Amino acid sequence: MIVAERKPLGEIIGFIEDFRKVLVIGCGGCATVCLAGGETETKIVGSALRIAARKAGRQQQILEDCVTRQCEPEFVEPVPGRLGDENIDAVLSLACGVGVNLLAERLGDVPVFPGLNTKFLGATAEPGVWVEMCAGCGNCVLHLTGGICPVARCSKSILNGPCGGSSDGKCEISPDVDCGWELIIRRMERLGTLDRLVEIAEPRDWSSSPHGGPRRVVREDLRQLAAEAEEEKATTA
Amino acid sequence: MKSGSNLERVLAAGHFAVTAEIGPPMDCNGDVVLEKARLLRGYADAFNITDCQTAVVRMSSIASAVLVMREGLEPIAQMTCRDRNRIAMQADILGAAALGVRNCLCIAGDHQSFGAAGRLKGHPGAKNVYDVDSIQLVAILKGLRDEGRQQGGDEIEQRPPLWIGAVWTPMGDPIDFRPWRLAKKVAAGADFIQTQGIYDMELFRQQMKQVQDMGLHEKTAILAGIIVPRNLGMLRYMDAAVAGVSVPQELMARMSAARKSAGDDKAQARRNQEEEGTKIAVELIEQARETEGVRGVHVQAIEWERKVPEIVERAGLLPRPTPPAEA
Repeated sequence: MIVAERKPLGEIIGFIEDFRKVLVIGCGGCATVCLAGGETETKIVGSALRIAARKAGRQQQILEDCVTRQCEPEFVEPVPGRLGDENIDAVLSLACGVGVNLLAERLGDVPVFPGLNTKFLGATAEPGVWVEMCAGCGNCVLHLTGGICPVARCSKSILNGPCGGSSDGKCEISPDVDCGWELIIRRMERLGTLDRLVEIAEPRDWSSSPHGGPRRVVREDLRQLAAEAEEEKATTA
Repeated sequence: MKSGSNLERVLAAGHFAVTAEIGPPMDCNGDVVLEKARLLRGYADAFNITDCQTAVVRMSSIASAVLVMREGLEPIAQMTCRDRNRIAMQADILGAAALGVRNCLCIAGDHQSFGAAGRLKGHPGAKNVYDVDSIQLVAILKGLRDEGRQQGGDEIEQRPPLWIGAVWTPMGDPIDFRPWRLAKKVAAGADFIQTQGIYDMELFRQQMKQVQDMGLHEKTAILAGIIVPRNLGMLRYMDAAVAGVSVPQELMARMSAARKSAGDDKAQARRNQEEEGTKIAVELIEQARETEGVRGVHVQAIEWERKVPEIVERAGLLPRPTPPAEA
């Protein structure tokens, strides 16, 4: 999932204090799963903002909503209408950065502010702890490294690790961070594939990663299907 | 000869090589580099010029390398993968070669969060690069030198004559994989290897045994790293906090005794520890020399460069040989 964490309340208040009517929108996707911006957190943030406004003596109305997924146009489609109908003049999104971006593209002249810091692609390691496991670099090498990602889990994204900074299974940056290459080596040992690490991994092509510029995935087959469905609809009509 | 560097010639002539380290200053005072160079001239075959070690901004390795060349020293320009992508690194090494640098040491570099292990602010908020890793960098330099080709495939006319080095942490974790990682560096094209500082000579010899069984010592020149211990605190710190360095209890006890023997006299305690540290360094050099497969030592007297001449002399490694340059 995309792991996110709520911004400090003070920072959020700074974004919205000058607006009269603010809609806080949660997200039912990853932000819910990582307990940062789901329905519950939306209510909590809404209440906190109301309390803060009252304490500061500000006339401010805080509304709450939570959509299924803020990263999909069909779920955010009703939002602009509501803003107009209810004279809402700012939106606080409790989705990951994708949700904020999509709302920003669709909300006309109403500003949208981020309520979360989007952290990484990761998994729940234990209750209350999330760990990054994928860097979204666009060209997966997990088949070469026993399913453990050197790009995401090595602090230096080294492809021929481990570097000299590995100590007792931990990374040189912190005793709280596992050495990704120690994990890879132990995993491949278990799989009986350790000998494959003798091969030198060549410099990789990072053009598939964010370094290649903003990325998009195009599936021509699906575009074709959608076009056909449109056409059919037009004909029947 | 691949590079014709003094270090390459010393090793080719079968001498036990000595390299030492010069750390550039944190400002633009070239005199600091020149001063260190004058102090060390003639006491080693080549001198590593560190590249923003411990992730602290210092005068550039290549610029400092050119400064030490003015004083007649041969530099080994260190190059970390942390700060530059493959475009910048190739550009810099071509420039260094044009300026007369003949040795380059390829390293990953300490993570930017290091900041001299907390002693300085450093730049922990910097973005790191790690476009390529140290093994890939070795291969890139080899490609420039031997195939006249940049990493991207473009051909170059004049090839940089480089003696390519890499670092090995023989006692780093996971220790069973370390000889294999060395094998990768050698396969990538490392002409010489400088190891992380060694205090546990017995464990190092075990690792070297495996290296010899793999035949790696014949394909590359391994120089054992000797970090001169200055006091008990430094030994303790390195044992506890520096990855791949473990200090045997016996050495720790010797340094502790040296400190205690001065009683309450702090100045004397410092002198005693410095003398004991020098002794330890000299002994380690001698033990490294007796270790099969080791072809030299890399002496690091961190921020204590002036001690190197005495250590090298006491280890019986003077005068340094002067193999003639190729006609």
